[in-house]
Amino acid sequence: MDDSPTIGTSTRRRFLAGAGGLVVGAAAAPLMTVRPARATPATMAAAIREVIGEAAVREGKVKLDLPPIVENGNTVSLTVSVDSPMTAADHVKTVAIFNEKNPQPNVAIFHLGPRAGKASVSTRMRLADSQQVVAIAQLSDGSFWSGSMDVIVTIAACVENL
Amino acid sequence: MARALINVPPKAKRGAVIEIKALISHPMETGYRHDESGRAIPRDIINRFVCTYNGEEVFRADLFPAIAANPFLSFFTVATESGVIALTWTGDDGHTQTETANIVVE
Repeated sequence: MDDSPTIGTSTRRRFLAGAGGLVVGAAAAPLMTVRPARATPATMAAAIREVIGEAAVREGKVKLDLPPIVENGNTVSLTVSVDSPMTAADHVKTVAIFNEKNPQPNVAIFHLGPRAGKASVSTRMRLADSQQVVAIAQLSDGSFWSGSMDVIVTIAACVENL
Repeated sequence: MARALINVPPKAKRGAVIEIKALISHPMETGYRHDESGRAIPRDIINRFVCTYNGEEVFRADLFPAIAANPFLSFFTVATESGVIALTWTGDDGHTQTETANIVVE
């Protein structure tokens, strides 16, 4: 049977059934995605554990710089810097950036070394909502340090189709 | 081939800390968006970025969909010797692109 109702052959009942099917199909499509709509602080904590393992993280040394109020979450400039002399004996090995409420908690992992000279990296990220962004640095002595920043977002990324 | 702007100082003093900047034209499709008909748009991002200085790796980044479209990266390295700074990035589709710049260290 022809599903698409055409003038002349379709009855009102068949048309309504077809239209209803369309609406249900359209509504069901987004619901069928299994992945959670956004990361939560808990999934961020899990993602952090996945990257750094069971090591203890101390606060300090890491400075995360984002604008406190963001108009457009699609591009938010971010600078992370770590207080380190960046010598062969004492340098930053990795800096990982995490967020709470984007669909995925990871943002980026930067691998540095003594040849970096200065532990500072800038990039641009997406922010789906007002949330906390966390940076965790691993130093060459194996210790982990963290810094965070709370950001207010007025137009979110990741949600609407552009 | 994605268009890319890379910025490496052409000259530097030995031992100076120099800034390297890269801006790559790429949609960084997250995989979380849907098109008009409700189909998921497949993920397509640059997931890896490496900077080598005369063949030795000085900076590497693992990127995730939370990085904005047209990814921008800025980082530092010590100007040790004259030579070639190469920036290489890899996409989800497996393509790699390398841009190089010459630096004179005196």
